[in-house]
Amino acid sequence: MLVVRNLVKDFGKMRAVNRVSFQIKEGEVVSLVGPNGAGKTTLVNLISGHIMPDEGEIIFMERNITRFPPHKRIKMGIARNFQITQLFPELTVLDNVRNCVFSIRGLIGQFFKPSDNYEEVTSRAREILRRFHLDHLEGELPANLSEGDKKVLDIAMAYALESRLLLLDEPTSGVATSDKFKIMETIVKAIDRSKMAAMIVEHDMDIVFDYTDRVLVLREGTIMADGVPRQVMEEPEVRATLFGIGA
Amino acid sequence: MAGLATKRKKTGALVLLIIGFVLLPQVIPSYQLVLLESGLCFAILGLGFNLLLRYTGLLSFGHGAYFAAGAYAVGMIGRYAPELYRMEVLIPAAIVFSAILAAIFGFVCVRHTRIFFSILTLALSMLVFATLVKLYYVTGGSDGIRVGIPPVLGHAFKGMRRPQFLEGFYYYFLLGWVIVSVAFMYLLVRSPFGKAIQAVRDNEIRAEMIGIRVKRFRWWAFLVSGAYAGLAGGLWSFVNGHVTPELAHWVFSGEVVYMTLLGGFKSFAGPIVGAIVFTFLKLYAVSGTEYWMLIIGITLIGIVLLLPGGLVGGLVILLERAKARAPWRS
Repeated sequence: MLVVRNLVKDFGKMRAVNRVSFQIKEGEVVSLVGPNGAGKTTLVNLISGHIMPDEGEIIFMERNITRFPPHKRIKMGIARNFQITQLFPELTVLDNVRNCVFSIRGLIGQFFKPSDNYEEVTSRAREILRRFHLDHLEGELPANLSEGDKKVLDIAMAYALESRLLLLDEPTSGVATSDKFKIMETIVKAIDRSKMAAMIVEHDMDIVFDYTDRVLVLREGTIMADGVPRQVMEEPEVRATLFGIGA
Repeated sequence: MAGLATKRKKTGALVLLIIGFVLLPQVIPSYQLVLLESGLCFAILGLGFNLLLRYTGLLSFGHGAYFAAGAYAVGMIGRYAPELYRMEVLIPAAIVFSAILAAIFGFVCVRHTRIFFSILTLALSMLVFATLVKLYYVTGGSDGIRVGIPPVLGHAFKGMRRPQFLEGFYYYFLLGWVIVSVAFMYLLVRSPFGKAIQAVRDNEIRAEMIGIRVKRFRWWAFLVSGAYAGLAGGLWSFVNGHVTPELAHWVFSGEVVYMTLLGGFKSFAGPIVGAIVFTFLKLYAVSGTEYWMLIIGITLIGIVLLLPGGLVGGLVILLERAKARAPWRS
């Protein structure tokens, strides 16, 4: 589904992503781990089109999307959330999600009918809110939501883009431990493995072990390990990189 | 059910308001009516301006340019193509001319936000002002262009003086345009497009990452906003009977900002109320004292400090308080 080849991104003299190559197959849930500054978010930014690479290729669904702008990638099925929640603060929870549905269905430029009158779009947005247990908050502004609910809304918006590849940047960071697993359960249930794949940037190893099929370990912009989480975590070099022990 | 009742109440109030406006010429003196007509033109201008400020998050300091474009479109057609000088040509021409100007200027401006956007709009409007002043032989320079009473659907208002024209047919013609402009804008800001520009205003990065083409949507908002200003300018030119370069000057653009703040930019009706109140306030201040700018300035300071939601915002607060204290609630 996704093939990344020799991807390079420099910020001034610093190389944030250094000749990274990997693949993600349909139905896979892959975690991306690594210490702070390893280049995880930069990699997500590159795949989502938020920033452009200096070198390398990104192939998605057998098309070279390396230079595609974000809206084209979204149309093709790549959606993402953000490490620090990015919502539309003056729009209701329903409108936050509904905007995504309008966008993916090519209706976002319509201007002769109020949003509420698009019943099919509204019911789809409500269905997504139900799936993410936010339906009781549809009329609220994001400011009135708990941090956990904001995180879930952020993910629900990415999900509403009917993506084939969901890029989740630390979906459980800043959330109470008790909510972390609830959020992950909701995400995993929402991912239809017959059609979708996901790449999750995560620091919490319990989540990596429990919810992902494969782990990519990133260090200083380079992939140092790629494999089944429990096996990869046994490698002394990985343990040293991630936990500073066993090297 | 409560929602339906509120909707009915709102529709009822709106119908009453329209009836009130229709009956107004029978009630108020003709001078006040003409003043109100100016206010209604500025209301259309304010609505367009607020599409950028409130809904797109962009503060334009150059909306006078598009207002002038609409007004000059009327004046120039009268001067250079008198055979086309008909209301059914002039109003669309005002809209199209200003929309083209807004499309060109918008292409440059929407690549920037905040202070950079504001300064660019201001600079471009001053470019229009300078052009209008310097191209004396084309635009009439600082003398401007006289705007006559045009025929409407073949009916020429021969021998009719401007006050008669303005008190009669033109008032209802203008009122019709105000209603259409308000209805269209109301639909627009509630439509998917309206929600998209609000998303762009709220969070540009996220908007881009849900597939909204940020600059393109801003450009469309700019264009519609400019077209509204042009329509307002075209309609106003008949009220004033004369167009001058001052319309494109930043001082006039500043007045647009002022009237929107006065009414309250956070509410849909704010710019409409602000435009009408400002028109009367300015005229009475000017005729009452040579220190009229002081009155305008003090009012603005008062509004910003005491009523950040403007007159409409203040009214809403008062109504809510009255509702909370109403005896039937206890």
